[in-house]
Amino acid sequence: MLTETEPHYRQPLLRTRFHERMRAYSQVDSFIPWSGYSTVDVFTSVEQEYFAIRNSASLYDLTPMVKYRVAGPQATRYLDRLLTRSVAKLSPGKVAYAIWCDDRGQLIDDGTVFRIAESEYRLCTAERQLDWLLDSSIGFDVEITEVTADIAALALQGPCSCSVLRAMGLQGVEVLAPFEFKHFVFGAGTAALVSRTGFTGDLGYELWVDPSEAERLWDGLMDAGRVRTIRPVGSRALNIARLEAGFLMPNVDFVSSAHTLRNGTARSALEFGLGWLVDFGKGHFTGRRALLEESRRKPLRRLAGLDVAGTKPAHNALLYSDRAGRRQIGSVTSAAWSPTCKRNLALAMLDAPHFDMGRQVWAEIYVNRELVWQRRMVPARVVERPFFAPARRRATPAGDF
Amino acid sequence: MSACRYDCIVVGGGHNGLTCAAYLARAGRSVLVLEAQEAVGGAARTREFAPGFRVSACAHLLHLMPGWLSRELDLPRHGLRMAAERMPTFALSAAAGVLRIDPRTHGAPAGLSGVDARAYPRYAARMNRLAAALSALLEAVPPRLGTGAWRDRLTLLRLGARLRFIGRRDLREALRIGGMCVQDLLDEHFESPLLKGALAFDAVLGTNYGPRSPGTVFTLLYRMAAGTASAHAVAQPAGGLGALCEALAAAARSAGATIRTGVPVASIVLRDDRAAGVRLETGEEFEAGCIISNADPATTFLDLLGAEHLDTGFVRRVAHLRTRGMTAKLHLALERPPRFAGLEDASPGRIVLAPSPESIECAFNHAKYGEFSTLPALEVLVPSAADPTLAPHGKHVLSAVVQYAPYRLAAGWTEHRHQFLDAILALLEAHAPGLRDSVCAAELLTPQDIETQFRIRGGHWHHAELALDQFFMVRPVPGAAQYRAPVHGLYLCGAGCHPGGGVMGVAGRNAAREVLREAA
Repeated sequence: MLTETEPHYRQPLLRTRFHERMRAYSQVDSFIPWSGYSTVDVFTSVEQEYFAIRNSASLYDLTPMVKYRVAGPQATRYLDRLLTRSVAKLSPGKVAYAIWCDDRGQLIDDGTVFRIAESEYRLCTAERQLDWLLDSSIGFDVEITEVTADIAALALQGPCSCSVLRAMGLQGVEVLAPFEFKHFVFGAGTAALVSRTGFTGDLGYELWVDPSEAERLWDGLMDAGRVRTIRPVGSRALNIARLEAGFLMPNVDFVSSAHTLRNGTARSALEFGLGWLVDFGKGHFTGRRALLEESRRKPLRRLAGLDVAGTKPAHNALLYSDRAGRRQIGSVTSAAWSPTCKRNLALAMLDAPHFDMGRQVWAEIYVNRELVWQRRMVPARVVERPFFAPARRRATPAGDF
Repeated sequence: MSACRYDCIVVGGGHNGLTCAAYLARAGRSVLVLEAQEAVGGAARTREFAPGFRVSACAHLLHLMPGWLSRELDLPRHGLRMAAERMPTFALSAAAGVLRIDPRTHGAPAGLSGVDARAYPRYAARMNRLAAALSALLEAVPPRLGTGAWRDRLTLLRLGARLRFIGRRDLREALRIGGMCVQDLLDEHFESPLLKGALAFDAVLGTNYGPRSPGTVFTLLYRMAAGTASAHAVAQPAGGLGALCEALAAAARSAGATIRTGVPVASIVLRDDRAAGVRLETGEEFEAGCIISNADPATTFLDLLGAEHLDTGFVRRVAHLRTRGMTAKLHLALERPPRFAGLEDASPGRIVLAPSPESIECAFNHAKYGEFSTLPALEVLVPSAADPTLAPHGKHVLSAVVQYAPYRLAAGWTEHRHQFLDAILALLEAHAPGLRDSVCAAELLTPQDIETQFRIRGGHWHHAELALDQFFMVRPVPGAAQYRAPVHGLYLCGAGCHPGGGVMGVAGRNAAREVLREAA
C-alpha cells in the first residue's frame, strides 16, 4: 500500500478525509475512482447497503463531487446566463437542481446550486467544468474558485436520517424543508452546513464541513445512528436508489456534450424531459436560442422510464417497436431490479414517436446461464418517473423514524 | 423615440460601414450611420497631425478596393480622384542599391540581373494565377458548412469549379505552398536578398508574422488576390484615404442615407432578443429594424452587445480571436523633400526598407518577446510628392508603416515610445541623409494608440489577424461568418469579416447584400 509521503505520480487517486474510516468498514475492499478520488463501490453487499438507504440510514462520501465557489457582484447574473433555470428567484439558504447546456442547447452537465449568500453561490457538478465556467465569466464581475478539496461532504440518506441528526444534537433540523440548507453546530463546536438534498429520492441530508472536521462528523453520525443501524454505503447501492428516484447519472444516462466526439451523440436538455428546468422568460442564457427553436419543433428523442417484464435487468438493451426486432427505436441507459418497487426498472432514450405513457416496446436482453447466453425479447412499458417517491421525502417537519 | 426609427443603423463610419450604408440606401432602405469621431473614415481617414500637414492617419494606400465597387457606387462622380496610380515599389538597401517593382507586371524588376531576372517572370506569373483564383473566394459570401441549403452548396460548387480550372500543376503548387513560410518559397526561386526582402515584406505587412512564420505565403497570396480587382493597382487618392471615405459618404448621402459624426455608440439595444436599436454614450436612442456594426467583432460582441446576451461557446471563440496589432504608423512633417539614396527625387512611389528576409525576421524577433524592433522594416510614402495639398507649399509629409511594434511593449509604451521613434528616425536617416534635421513634427501611433484613436480592440488594422484559421468560412468566428450575428437583426460589416482588412469595401458590400437578402 502506498503511503501519504509517496509522490503524486505513485498515488494516482486522491483520498478523501473519510478514507481511513471507510476502509475500516470495507469488507470486500472494493474501491473505484471518482473524479480523481478513490471511493467505495461496495462495503459489504449491495443489497444490505441498499436497504439501509430505504429502511434506516446510510452514509455516503460525497467529497469527490466537484464544487465551485461563485462569488461577486454579478454572481447571480452570471449563473442566470450559465444555467437554464432562474437563479435570481432562488433565495439565500436555498438549493436548486440545475442543468447547463452548450450553444446548441445540448446538455453539458447537471448539478446543484446553493445560494450561500446574496452574491455567493456553491455549484456542485459531476464533472470538472472550470474552463467552461471561466469562459462563461467573460464580461461578468464574478470570481470562480474550485473548492472541491476545501470541503468534505457526506450524504446521510434514508427514513431515519432526520432522527440521526437530531440524536447528534442538531436542534430544529426537522423543520428544514427540501432544498433548504442551514448552518448547525454539533458536538464540541463542530460547524456543518446541512442541506436537505440527496440523490436517493428519499428523506435525506447532505452535510458539508471543513476537511479537518471530517472524521469528527463521520464518528458523530455513526455513533448517533447506531441504534438505527446506520451503515456506510457504496456507489452501487446508491445507483439503484437513484434509478428508483428517476435521476440521471452522468456518463451513464447522458454524455456531456463537451465530451461527445461523434456527430449526433450529444443530447439536448429537452430530450431528457428537462424542459421544466428551462426558463425562457428570464433573459438570455447559453443555449436559449437553440432550445427555443427546438421547443417549437418536435423533439427527436425522449428519455423514458420503462417497466420491463421479468426480473432480469435490461442492461444496455436495445429497444424495438416489434417483437421480431426489425425496427430499433432506442436503447436502455440504466437498468436495475428495484427491491422496493418490486419492479424491473430502466431508463431509456427512445425515439420520440414511441414516447407515450403506457406504450409497449420490446427489450432485447441477453441472459447468461452458466456461460450459455440466451437472447430474450421482453415487453416493456413506458411509465412515469420517478418510479419511487415516498411522501416522507417531502414531508416537513421531517418524519421521526 | 419613434421619430428616430430607421430601417438600418450602421455603427461606425469606416470605409466598410459607409460602403454598406451606400448599398443599403441605394436599395431603398432608410439608413443612419453613427460615427464616433468628428469625421467619417475610421482607419481610412485623413487627419492633420501638425499645423498645415495632413496625412492618411492609418491606411495610406488604396490597392485592394475592386474597380467594380467604385463603379457601382459611382465614386468618381462623388469626388474620388487619384493623385497617383500604379505606384511602383522601390526596394532600397545600402548594400545592394535599388530595385523597382511595378505592380501587375510579370517583367523582372528594374535593377535585377542574372538568374533572379530570369526566374522572376515565371514566379510572378504563377503567383498571379493563384492570386486570381483566390480572388473569387474573396468576393463571395462564405458558405455555411453542412446546411444542405442550395445557396451554400452552389457557392461551394462554384469555388470547387474555380479551383478545378486552375489546373493540376497550379493546384498542386497551391497545396504545396499554401501553408508554407514565405522565406522558403522565395529561397526556392531567388538569390537577391533585396528582392526577397521586398517580396517577403508584402507577406508580413500588417501581420503578427515574420518571413519564417508558417502561413505567410497565404498572406502574400491574399494581398495579391485582393489587389487583382483594384482599378488603380497601388494608388494614392487625392486628399489621402480620407477622400475615399468622403466619396463613399457622398455616395451614401446621395442615396438618402443620414450620416452623423461625433456620436459614439455605447450599446446595441435588444428587444425580445432582437437587435432593435442603439444607445449613444449621451443616452440618446435610435431604433432600427437591423443594426450593422462596422466595429471590430470583439468590440461589437463583448462591448456593444455584451457577453451576457451571447452563448458561452460563441463568446469563447470571439475572445480567442487574435486581435493584437503588431504594426505602428509614423507621420513626419518635413521642411524639405526627403532625398532617399538611390532615388532621383521624392518620387510618387512606395519605398520599402527591408533589405533581406533575414533583416525582417530579426526585426520580428524583438516583437515576439515584447520589444520593438531596433531595426524595423518600413513601408515609406511621401504622399505630398504626388499631392501637394497635404503639406504647406514646399514642405512635405512622410508616412511610414512600421513593422514591428508589439501591442504590449514589455517595457511599457509610455516610457519607451521615444526610443522607438529614435530607432525609426535613425533608420530613415541612414537611407535619406539629412531627413532627421528636416523633421518639424512627428506622430507615432503604436497599436495601443490605434486601438484608442480608432476604436479597434487590439489595434490590429485587419480587426483580426488574417490567417488561414481566421479566414473565409471561419472569419471572424464560426457562427458569425456570414455577416450575421447569433442575435437576430445584428450584422457585422467590418474588416473582421470575410474578406478582411485593407481598404477594400467588400465586407461592407457583402454585409449589405446579406441584410437585403434577409429582408427580401
